[in-house]
Amino acid sequence: MKAFAYVNPSNESDALAALRSGGIVRPLGGGQDLLARLKDYLDEPDRLVSVKGALNREAAATGDGGLRIGAAMRLFEVAEHPEILKRYPALAEAASTVGSPQIRHQGTVGGNLNQRPRCWYFRQEEFVCFKKGGNRCFAADGENQYHSIFGNDGPSKIVHPSSLAVPLVAYGARFRLASASGEREVAAADYFTLPSMQTVQKENVLADDELLTHVILPAPGNVRSGHYEVRFKESRDWPMAFATVVLAMNGPSIDSARVVLGAVAPVPWRAEDAERVLRGRLLDDAAADVAGEAAVRGAKPLAQNAYKIRITRTAVKRAVLAAAGRSV
Amino acid sequence: MIVEVEVNGKRHRRDLEPRLLLSDFLRQDLQLTGTHVGCEHGVCGACTVLFDGEPARSCLMLAVQADGHKVGTVEGLAVVNALSPLQAAFREAHALQCGFCTPGFLMTLTAFLRDTPNPGPLEIREALSGNLCRCTGYQHIVEAVSRACGHPRP
Repeated sequence: MKAFAYVNPSNESDALAALRSGGIVRPLGGGQDLLARLKDYLDEPDRLVSVKGALNREAAATGDGGLRIGAAMRLFEVAEHPEILKRYPALAEAASTVGSPQIRHQGTVGGNLNQRPRCWYFRQEEFVCFKKGGNRCFAADGENQYHSIFGNDGPSKIVHPSSLAVPLVAYGARFRLASASGEREVAAADYFTLPSMQTVQKENVLADDELLTHVILPAPGNVRSGHYEVRFKESRDWPMAFATVVLAMNGPSIDSARVVLGAVAPVPWRAEDAERVLRGRLLDDAAADVAGEAAVRGAKPLAQNAYKIRITRTAVKRAVLAAAGRSV
Repeated sequence: MIVEVEVNGKRHRRDLEPRLLLSDFLRQDLQLTGTHVGCEHGVCGACTVLFDGEPARSCLMLAVQADGHKVGTVEGLAVVNALSPLQAAFREAHALQCGFCTPGFLMTLTAFLRDTPNPGPLEIREALSGNLCRCTGYQHIVEAVSRACGHPRP
């Protein structure tokens, strides 16, 4: 990898100042994605700013009954945290299946949300695709079995790689972004961006001199949630399609629903048709069936990934059943 | 930059280039060649060490990130020529053939057994999911873990 300078600030404001120190600067969390990108010459920063010691790594209750999670919290801590397990179980479950024990012990919440795509063309230096300033997406008419079936009208056919992003959108989380000149809060659903020719080189709205410092979860209310990942292997792999459902309940029936799909689109994908058909229904097997059917309406598979329609339907169905407390 | 790191209880102070990997620092600068380097991409787990007691891939970490931290390697497991219980169980159960992956397995599983002293078979398999072994087919490794926590058979 190319040589770089390294700084290890101990607080947020020093870290934010270091991001503006000139040249290409990248924040380094657990390094589970960035180090591999440096080795493959996908990213050649002049300076790395370690943010593990600078950012918060706790989960703390907010005044209105929600939970505020520091971006430096590691994935195994999310998976085991009693409050997250109790109130946001789909988030704990998503964290528990990321990568391997080694990755979960070093990888952070911020890193999981901001990792770059796993597309095999993107990951090879030789393929200069739209995301690297080139003039084509090699997956569009190439090996695209793991690429998108929704939101793929734009220039890039990637699927978003983050497992945590999907339950966070489903729970209505917000992200705190900070820079040396201020801070802002963005809804998780608005943080991730569908690729256009103007935005294709990034997957989100984070500026180069900003850090995602906290994830803020609202009070869950009377909800039931479920999460299901369809995998080729049982562990140690990215899911091929997955879903989180969060159902606001009114007795035995569903008041409103959030159904969010992962690994099928360049962003966490809201399945709004599925949300509509669940509204007002009893939470039962039939609800799971109709939600699964509705979730894949409008899918536009590429040449090699039509199979994702079936497994996405299954993921939604089983996530609804999981929310109903059934073992799936 | 100047880095101070404690490896297997011994403190080291070195002037290191930021892009030096922790795995290369251990093997080349400290001559601790028990930590093996397989894929160098965080896939195979051969380079797993304990970073402040937790499993980490030393090929996906910079040596400068270890400044002020504690690193444990396979050289630190045996006490005065006596194998650790996990190492002894690996030997008894034939949990290694070529041995290249073994240090990584031992480090991952040392942390796992500390946190999960009485694991079930599925927990054991999940725990070693980040380490690849091309010889054993994993069966004997699972058996070694069972033996190490006092179960004669998985």
